[in-house]
Amino acid sequence: MATTINLTENPAVTPPPTRPAAKAGGSFARYLLTRFLLIFPTIFILVTLVFFLMRVTGDPITAALGGRLTPDQLAERISAAGYDRPVIVQYFEYLGQIFTGNFGRTISDNRAVTEVLATYGAATAELAVNSLIVALLIGIPFGLLAAKMRDRWPDALLRVFAILCYATPVFFAGLLLKLIFGVWLGWLPIAGRAGVNAELQLTGLQNPSGIFLLDALRSGNMSAASDVISHAILPAVALGLLTAGVFLRLVRTNVIGTLGRDYVEAGRSRGVSEYRLLTKHAYRPALIPIITVMGLQIALLLGGAVLTETTFEWKGLGFQLAQYLTARDFVAVQGIVVLLAVIVALTNFIVDIIAALIDPRVRF
Amino acid sequence: MSTTTHVSVPSKRSLIYRLPVISHLRMSAGLQRGMLVVGLVLTVAFLLTAALAPLIAPFGFSQMADADGDFPTQAAPGGKFIWGTTVGGFDVFSRTIWGAQTAVAVIVVAVLFSIFIGVFLGLVSGYIGGWLDRVLVVLADAVYAFPSLLLAIVMSIVISGGQSSLWGGIMAAAISITVVFIPQYFRVIRAETVRLKAEPFVESAKVIGASTWRIMFKHVFRNATRTLPLIFTLNASEALLTLAGLGFLGFGIEPTKASEWGFDLNRALSDATSGVWWTGVFPGVAIVLTVLGLTLVGESMNDLADPRLRTRRKAKRRGGKAAA
Repeated sequence: MATTINLTENPAVTPPPTRPAAKAGGSFARYLLTRFLLIFPTIFILVTLVFFLMRVTGDPITAALGGRLTPDQLAERISAAGYDRPVIVQYFEYLGQIFTGNFGRTISDNRAVTEVLATYGAATAELAVNSLIVALLIGIPFGLLAAKMRDRWPDALLRVFAILCYATPVFFAGLLLKLIFGVWLGWLPIAGRAGVNAELQLTGLQNPSGIFLLDALRSGNMSAASDVISHAILPAVALGLLTAGVFLRLVRTNVIGTLGRDYVEAGRSRGVSEYRLLTKHAYRPALIPIITVMGLQIALLLGGAVLTETTFEWKGLGFQLAQYLTARDFVAVQGIVVLLAVIVALTNFIVDIIAALIDPRVRF
Repeated sequence: MSTTTHVSVPSKRSLIYRLPVISHLRMSAGLQRGMLVVGLVLTVAFLLTAALAPLIAPFGFSQMADADGDFPTQAAPGGKFIWGTTVGGFDVFSRTIWGAQTAVAVIVVAVLFSIFIGVFLGLVSGYIGGWLDRVLVVLADAVYAFPSLLLAIVMSIVISGGQSSLWGGIMAAAISITVVFIPQYFRVIRAETVRLKAEPFVESAKVIGASTWRIMFKHVFRNATRTLPLIFTLNASEALLTLAGLGFLGFGIEPTKASEWGFDLNRALSDATSGVWWTGVFPGVAIVLTVLGLTLVGESMNDLADPRLRTRRKAKRRGGKAAA
């Protein structure tokens, strides 16, 4: 009987509506629309910012090829690409191109930026999803445990662990993992997304998704699948640990907050088990701030992906970005940065909507 | 006499005991005190290392030879080079020590800039609201949407053209970090301000006739900044992590201009494959310990500022106080 009590929604989370009830329904639609329309200025500001920042330093051709070509050849290339025109003209041209989905061509290897994205985006998405899984698997259960064991030794241990996760740069975590599991123990491969054979088999498939694990499973190639998984473990753990620490802390702090509420005490007095109090009654309302922050983690995750991919030679967008950075190919850098920023803007939008669905207070 | 001190404790305490870290230390107990103390020790050790680097480090950060001839390359730790040497013949111990200086410079510049700008904008935006609020929120969101490392990369291209000198590298890292952090302070302070605006004490202040600015900077500010120490130290550590990330991607500071941990880790990556661990582990551990120290201080201060999270002292002591 006691376990079926559903009146345990956190009363403090849903304050009495400040607006008339009739308007409350429409306010969500309005919020949705406002928030959706806000994406465009956000992306517009980003594109503008990046464009002008990148042009302050000069034209990309000199940056990429300066010193390798004679001044005459350089000038020729610059005028052929249109970089000798006024910046404002170039800016509007760039905006127009972006509207048609044209993010320019890379200078160093003359590919369309969108093609680079299509080729390497899947690898980055795979890494991000893998590490998010690692982060949630570690962060949520241990966060709950730390909240339950508050101020006792497991809590102390877990909090230090969480801080250590955050304090360790992904590339150092990656380096340590490579040293321990790759070089010393020899258990796991230390670089790449798959072995040579598996990679050949997987890229040779008809219309591959680019996500190696999916491709391997779809073609029923089990040896390739296990190879892909063994390659994916270390990068996913390196990047996942970074986010796991954040989740652990968030879950802990918020669950401690909700555990102290009267309704939890009321539930306890009705005989609800401690386990259920923790994992249902205290945990669910604590999810709201967690979801909000999870959206913000996407940016951290993508930034971390750049470093993780470089560490493990994981041929994704981040790895490619680092290559273009070294080659001083700023058109490619600009394209990838803008695209990543757009992805983050969209994710934040989705997260805001979810947060507003759960917590009416967000709809200001 | 005992009753008067009891009632007016906050105003009568001497200044020393009201300084942030010291008051927190006195307030703390048990486990929390342990974490705070460990954090303080690490942070102080970090600052001392930075200040005394010329005395501690046996060699310069770009020194590759001394009177006895060229340094060996990839020498294992031990003897003259207690933490070994890199593939380029640098002494790992010296470079790790010198790296603390670079880190302090970047952290101080970045965090000071962003706190002043971010807190001010957050208070104004949250309390006054209206179109100003909307515009600032859109702007902050736009910048916030950038993965901070990417923004830092773009900024460092702008500031130093991807070239890396000592101050170019430090300012590039610091300014790009500032740009990334302003929206963070802004968001936190704004959200707190919006929440506090609805609290009864703000209304009471209005009824009494306090001016808008007074309410904003006395009543709301005091309450909204509870989370600041946490963000402050987290940002100090994030500044360091961003610097290291930039260095790792090759956008840091040239090894001949200054020592930078992230750059050293980048070079250590290929060493690790062949089992040479000392070039990467030592600078890496330096980053971890520094960030750990800063974060422990911030965490503890945050918990202590929040009565719900503060560990209570033993009942005996409190009982004694109440009796007195």
